[in-house]
Amino acid sequence: MAGAAGGQRVPAIELRGISKAFGPVQANRDISLTVMPGTIHGIVGENGAGKSTLMSILYGFYKADAGEIRIAGRPIQIPDSQAAIRAGIGMVFQHFKLVEPFTVLENVILGVEDGRLLRPSLARARGELKRLAADYELHVDPDARIEDLGVGMKQRVEILKALYRQADILILDEPTGVLTPAEADHLFRILENLRSQGKTIILITHKLREIMAITDTVSVMRRGQMVATVATAQTSPGELAELMVGRKVLLHLDKKPAAPGRTVLAVENLRVTDIDGVERLRGVSLTVRAGEILGIAGVAGNGQSQLLGVLGGTLPASGIVRIEGQAIDLSARNAGQARRAAGIAHVPEDRQREGLVMEFLAWENMIFGYHHDPACQRNRALMDNAAIRAMTAERMERFDVRPPDPDLQARSFSGGNQQKIVLAREIERNPALLIVGQPTRGVDIGAIEFIHQRLIALRDAGAAILLVSVELDEILSLSDRIAVMFDGRIMGERRPEETDEKDLGLMMAGMRGKAA
Amino acid sequence: MREAMPKWADLVLIPLASLVLAFALSALVILAIGEDPVAAVRMMVSGALGSTYAWGYTLYYATNFIFTGLAVAVAFQARLFNIGGEGQAMLGGLGVALICLSLPWPHWALALPAAALGAALFGAAWAAIPAWLQATRGSHIVITTIMFNFIAAAVLNYLLVNVMRPIGAMDPATAKFPPGTHLPSLHDLLAPFGIAFSRAAPANITFLIAIAACVLVWLILWRTRLGYEIRAYGQSEPAALYAGIRPVRIVMAAMLISGALAGLMAVNNVMGEAERLVLNAVEGAGFIGIAVALMGRSHPFGVFLAALLFGFLYQGGAELALWTDIPREMIVVIQALVILFTGALDNMVRMPLERLFLALRRGRP
Repeated sequence: MAGAAGGQRVPAIELRGISKAFGPVQANRDISLTVMPGTIHGIVGENGAGKSTLMSILYGFYKADAGEIRIAGRPIQIPDSQAAIRAGIGMVFQHFKLVEPFTVLENVILGVEDGRLLRPSLARARGELKRLAADYELHVDPDARIEDLGVGMKQRVEILKALYRQADILILDEPTGVLTPAEADHLFRILENLRSQGKTIILITHKLREIMAITDTVSVMRRGQMVATVATAQTSPGELAELMVGRKVLLHLDKKPAAPGRTVLAVENLRVTDIDGVERLRGVSLTVRAGEILGIAGVAGNGQSQLLGVLGGTLPASGIVRIEGQAIDLSARNAGQARRAAGIAHVPEDRQREGLVMEFLAWENMIFGYHHDPACQRNRALMDNAAIRAMTAERMERFDVRPPDPDLQARSFSGGNQQKIVLAREIERNPALLIVGQPTRGVDIGAIEFIHQRLIALRDAGAAILLVSVELDEILSLSDRIAVMFDGRIMGERRPEETDEKDLGLMMAGMRGKAA
Repeated sequence: MREAMPKWADLVLIPLASLVLAFALSALVILAIGEDPVAAVRMMVSGALGSTYAWGYTLYYATNFIFTGLAVAVAFQARLFNIGGEGQAMLGGLGVALICLSLPWPHWALALPAAALGAALFGAAWAAIPAWLQATRGSHIVITTIMFNFIAAAVLNYLLVNVMRPIGAMDPATAKFPPGTHLPSLHDLLAPFGIAFSRAAPANITFLIAIAACVLVWLILWRTRLGYEIRAYGQSEPAALYAGIRPVRIVMAAMLISGALAGLMAVNNVMGEAERLVLNAVEGAGFIGIAVALMGRSHPFGVFLAALLFGFLYQGGAELALWTDIPREMIVVIQALVILFTGALDNMVRMPLERLFLALRRGRP
């Protein structure tokens, strides 16, 4: 199938007039896209812009309502993923689809075994893997178990799986979300290799920096439509952001220097061991002062969640935590109420799992965790729903939640508006300490700007803020001090002006970084 | 994002359409066994709704189902599947019997609150053990409540045969309750208003208590902090933990309320109807409560309507078996179809209706 019509003239992928609706929602509207072979094509857009739907159509998960797909010049139907694989399309999902207890080799042949007996398939795959490793610098131990591999390695296995199925077109969905900067760099080298060998790559991401660094051409989607396709060399992050949102966006935050006051949070030698006996926090110590933001950088899964859990009261721990000088009891498993009483507000990492009850209405969510507040009660027995509703309406107005309707279920708001509901709830308490996990994950650019401004405003009002984020950009632009976590420890602390992504990246990978 | 359908369609139209489908299929089954479905419907309607006598039975059954349906619904709200309504209602009967037989009650108005309290306490106590095991040990509540149904039956069997049976009596039952515990029937209640209601039908004042229970459950679930916490825990355990809601407390509270409601059923069947405690007094009402809660979408108002429907089916089906060649099992088939269509096949009805509403909306400018 590769180069069926020969030469560089025929596009590897050509989509014409693709449309797809889910009920009343038009996810894709008359989309046309041309990707030339041997190029890396980026697709950017806010959440819900229709990127994933478009790629799912290309990979046979959804059937388009209208439109035509041509691969290497030939019109084809892609009713399922098997057909996509036959057409030479491979997909690397954001959440890997690997069998954890199986070896790399077993995962690679899964579904494409040659016959009932595995031995010949495994032997063939071993040879093929060796060749792929040599051709593309994709080295993975074929006999390693998936569960023993790091995230970057697992991703390589996914790429190998696609190449083993003879993919000429590789689609990667947010591939760097879970990688350290170094791992991401390595991935980009692999992609460049693949490109130089004639493979076509589609890269879906919301990180404009990556688009600028590696793609040849880039398409921008907004509200189900393809609003622009440009050569990367002829555009800028600012222009792309504007195209994505449909208006001018501030990519850089204006903030005054911090004026740190008294110490609000003091953590000493915090340790957490999980049910499997693995130590997740190995003696973490840190302080946060009033009027400053301490950013915790790190690759997901290095203990940040446990740190938030302990401070938020969902996880017991050993060590000492003081709030405004008062030691708090770390032994209880269920201390959410006690933490709130101590003045800690918590914006959890996963708003849909923890921060909100998705079936609850907006006003029910606006008191979630603070429902013991006397202001919520009409009398000893009954809650004052009318007052809560009115309070919610007012807060939704102030935090620009759209639509500002307290009687809508949390699940019917977009990600950014859900996050604004959580933020409104926590910030309006005027907490002494706000702990925030991934405040802008899955949030569109317009809302990111708003959320960042709110956090800065809270800091300027004198609150201490502990910010956990895997987005280095966010850490660098919001924090007054940055601590890097790796393997349950704080690797080091920096001021944002005296560090950069490379330095932080080294610490995130477990190295001490440049001499401080 | 907009809702695909108006709320009234979701709450009224879908259950109604499901019911129509269930009845249509039932008609086909009746045709298949060589009987006349139209005559069968006529018989059911006249047998269950045709006279105040018929109504008296339908409402009596409905009262049972309201209590057991509410019991399942409250537990459902905390994402707990209480299959033990049967056993909890049996123990509720024991509570009623002990109270009614222990004192020479002068008037039903004194006996009723005491007996209701006894029924609720015994039912709640029977639910408390599985609840505690679930909350602290993680023993699955479905398994433990089923087992407790069998234990309840065995306990009652032992007590009725060996302990509570009056000397010389042959059947395993307690003595008749004293007259001071006899509850007024709907006949007695309606007579002062000049409404004639059958004297022979078993429906009694407990029906009004059942309605009050619906209101009370609604208030607890949607107007109190406890209900708020129960619903939050039921929707999302990680979120509940984040909010500092204590799972042990919620599991215990929801199951105690659930057990108390199931136990309260005994006021209707033991105190109101049989006026003594017999073996197998519950007659499967605990299990029908599951269907009632499913169909009523775990909402007290829905449970009330679904209980009326199942009361109608239960009484109409009994009449059907009595007067026609259609076997009594047929009514189980009809009930099963109703449950199947309103519970399991909900989406089958929902999807086409949603599409219809979308098409209608697009049609409008």
